[in-house]
Parts: sequence; structure tokens; C-alpha cells
Amino acid sequence: MTQNIDPSLRGSVAIAGAATFGCGKVPGYTDMELLAGAAKRAVADAGLTMQDIDGLCTASVTATMWPMAVVEHLGIRPGFIDGTMLGGSSFIAHLMPAMLALQSGQCNAVLVCYGSAQRSSTFNRREIVASRRMLDPQPYEHPYDPILPPSAYALSAARHMHEYGTTREQLAEVAVAARQWAQRHPGAYDRAPLSLQDVLDARMVSDPLTVRDCCLVTDGGGAYVLVRAERAKDLPRPPVYVLGNGTACWNRQISSMEDLTVTATVDSGRAAFAMAGLTPQDIQVAQLYDAFTINTLLFLEDLGFCKKGEGGAFVENGGIAPGGHLPVNTNGGGLSWGHPGMYGIFALIEAVQQLRGECGDRQIAGVQTALAHGNGGTLSSQSTAILGTAETL
Amino acid sequence: MSDNETGVQRAWQARLDQGEFMLQQCGACDRHVFYPRELCPHCGADALSWVPASGQGTVYSVTTVRRKDEAGGDYNVSLVDLDEGVRMMSRVEGVAPEAVHIGMRVTAHVGMKDGQALVLFTTPGEQQ
Ligand SMILES: [Zn+2]
Repeated sequence: MTQNIDPSLRGSVAIAGAATFGCGKVPGYTDMELLAGAAKRAVADAGLTMQDIDGLCTASVTATMWPMAVVEHLGIRPGFIDGTMLGGSSFIAHLMPAMLALQSGQCNAVLVCYGSAQRSSTFNRREIVASRRMLDPQPYEHPYDPILPPSAYALSAARHMHEYGTTREQLAEVAVAARQWAQRHPGAYDRAPLSLQDVLDARMVSDPLTVRDCCLVTDGGGAYVLVRAERAKDLPRPPVYVLGNGTACWNRQISSMEDLTVTATVDSGRAAFAMAGLTPQDIQVAQLYDAFTINTLLFLEDLGFCKKGEGGAFVENGGIAPGGHLPVNTNGGGLSWGHPGMYGIFALIEAVQQLRGECGDRQIAGVQTALAHGNGGTLSSQSTAILGTAETL
Repeated sequence: MSDNETGVQRAWQARLDQGEFMLQQCGACDRHVFYPRELCPHCGADALSWVPASGQGTVYSVTTVRRKDEAGGDYNVSLVDLDEGVRMMSRVEGVAPEAVHIGMRVTAHVGMKDGQALVLFTTPGEQQ
């Protein structure tokens, strides 16, 4: 697949506001209330009111008619609505349609928003998985009882280890690096000390992945606001420009994935870098959706930060930890910061906060370019965003 | 596939319930197809027909799903590449889950689970 995205779109839209709400363990909130809390903060952060919002992008893990409920709950009348549900990559994939809508004049301010009470809800992850077997059947996989999603990622990890000699210790490096970043983030869910040996000795879920190779299950809401670049300059926050965005999907089921060591990130990343006119060497901080430790290796390779098969070596010896050669998942990621069902929006928000210099102890000095990458399903959909400060225009 | 009186999923399962493991093959590009489709996912042709599967395959990837002993204990989930060039999820049975490895040659049979026929595999050389 070749995406030839109009280069004039580069930097034409900016993120003017971004916020999270209710992240961690927050009993007593619904998905919608967590979304609304984040939306309220993001719109205020942008210096706007909810009545200024005339475009909406949102998706839900459970509700199929979610955008209508969000419109009603927030009291908005959007002329642009995108409810595309690609799993966890959705809120990065929403960038391109939102940019096109803004550039066409269809709307002037797009709110991208998400909330999940997955940790605290009475309707929990186990019940969601059971319901999905009926509502969204996979008749050629479900009879074999893989634990989805972990077993799908385990199959990818096993194949990566077989083909490239990747080790469980290298996978564990990803979890340990995430924890070290989380220890610099006061809002991260799990900041307890974690060693490589702790990861290796943790309870095995689906070989070769232990519970420490798997993301957390937390509550949380996240939202951001997009406006045209010329308007962003007049709003209170430093604009974060969208330099590139690409989305790709090659399959839904892990059994339909052609090569379990190569994801559609190859396409989404190529499109995003081409639009941005940048290469991986130009990226100063990367937020890569780490639902499982293998994800980070696959995305480092498929985005071109290292060659295929060299992801394990790339992360060794603290390569992506604080002080390493590339800062990755500086909030602690899905593995240690939190993972409210679909994490993509939180990867993007951390990239925005790094570019705005708001990250305190975990701030990377002088960041002008950041990459946020979302993954959805079982290595199914991929969306890559490249963001930059005004200096990169 | 014009002779189908049901969708391909039920047609495939009906054959499986009679003990027959079938694949589709495309009359235009000659490639095999699994899972069952309406059009060839390789070339787009409307030329799929049912053919018996060889039942011979190789484990492409493998995981042991951990489960408490009282719930039945650990079990294997594999992706098997059939010699026809298609991949499917399944289980390799008859050996301990941790003994199943990538590259292992396996043979299909039709088994039963929860009252439904399904394709399972054993490994001839390493059967208990
Ligand atoms: Zn064909």
C-alpha cells in the first residue's frame, strides 16, 4: 500500500489542548463520565468552551453507537463526526479525517475523546471478553480458547524469538524501562521497583509472556482538541503541530496475519514519515503502544528505529530507559503508567506534553519532534503520528 | 460456490461435522484459501471450490495458555501452516503443551469440543 498524502497538510492542524482525567483506579465513574472529565479539561486547556466544539471523534470498547451518546452527553452539535473503531489505534487514526475536515471547512474545532472504567466497572474485562465472543465472533479462533488478546501477542513473541533469537530477557527490558519512566511520573499507576528477574519470575500467562509482559488494566479518560494552525497561534497553549499521520490495517485475527514479526506499522510509519519529511533519526521521543512487551520491539523495527530482528538488541542495557539512546514511553506506557482498555490516545497525550515541556522529572530536554504510535486489536490496525513544535514547521 | 445453500461458514462446519476437513481453492490463481470466503482474498476471483485438505502441516508459532489445574491445566494453542499454504489456529494434542515447538510436523484430525466438530492436530512421531 502506498499513501501519497498531500504535503500541504503537514503542520496545517495543531493540537491546542490535551488532558487526562480519572486515570488509575477510580471507582464510581462510568466510561462516559471519565470521557467527559477529560473532554472538559482538554477544551479548557485549549482556551475554548464546549460550545466551540463542532467536530467529534470518539470510540468505545463496548458501545457501538457511542458517538451519538457522546454528542448528547456533552451537549454539542458537531458537523463532523468520526466514530471509526480500530481498537487502541483509533484515537491516533482519527487525526487524518479530523485534519481533512478542518481543512475543508467542515468544522473548526475537533474534540477527540475517550473514557474507560475498565478497572473499576462492575462490567469488567472478563465479561467484555465473554460478550464479545457473541457480539463479534471469531469462529475460526475462539474454539481453541486462546486468551485474547495475550495469546495472540504471545504467538508473535514466540515467532520473533524463533526467527531472530530474541530473548525473554530482552522482552523484560521493555517492562523494566517502562517502570523506570513511571517512577518519574507521579500519576503513573505502578511505580514499584521492578527488575529483569522480577519480570522473568512473574506468573506466566501465555508463554513466553508473563503478567509483567502484559499491560495494566486501569480506568481513565483522555481527550485532545484540534484546530487549524493559524487559529492555534492565538490560543493560550503552545501549539503542537501534526506533521505526519498514517494508518494501516492488514488483518483482524492473529491467525490471518501473514508474518507475525512484521506489522502494518511498516505502512503507517512510512506514510507518516513521508508526510512529515522526517526520518526515524529526527525523532527525539517515541510513545509506542506497549500493550505487551513484544509490541515495543515490533514497532521500533517496523518504524525504522532499528532493523527487523534487532529490536531486542536495541532495548538491551536500558536502551529505551531513562538515559538510553532513545526515550520510549516516557510516561511509563501501558505497562506501568496505565491502560484503560484502549491506550492510543494516552500515547499521543504524552507526546503532546513532552513537546509542551510539561513533563517534570521525566521531561526530555529540548524536544521538538515526537512520535506517537497506536496499535489496535491483536497487532491488527496501526496508526502513526509525528508531532512537532513551531520550530519544526 | 453457486451450489451452496448456506453461507460458507456453515457449509464448512457441516462438512466438518461429517468428519471432512475441507479447504477452498481458487480456480483463477490456484491458491488455497482458509478460512472460507466468498471471493478469493488473493486475487479477487469468484472461483472458489471445496477441496479436501491434506491434513499435513507445520507449527508456525506456539503458546502454552496457562490455566489452573482444577480448571483443566495448561493447554497448547498453535498456528499451523498447512502444506497447501494456508494458516489456521488450532491445538496440537497428544503431547505435553511445552513439547510443541515451531517447525514441528503435525497431522490434522477432526475432533469434538463442546458438541462441535473442530480441526485438531497430533504429531505422529511424538505421540504418547
Ligand atoms: Zn485467487
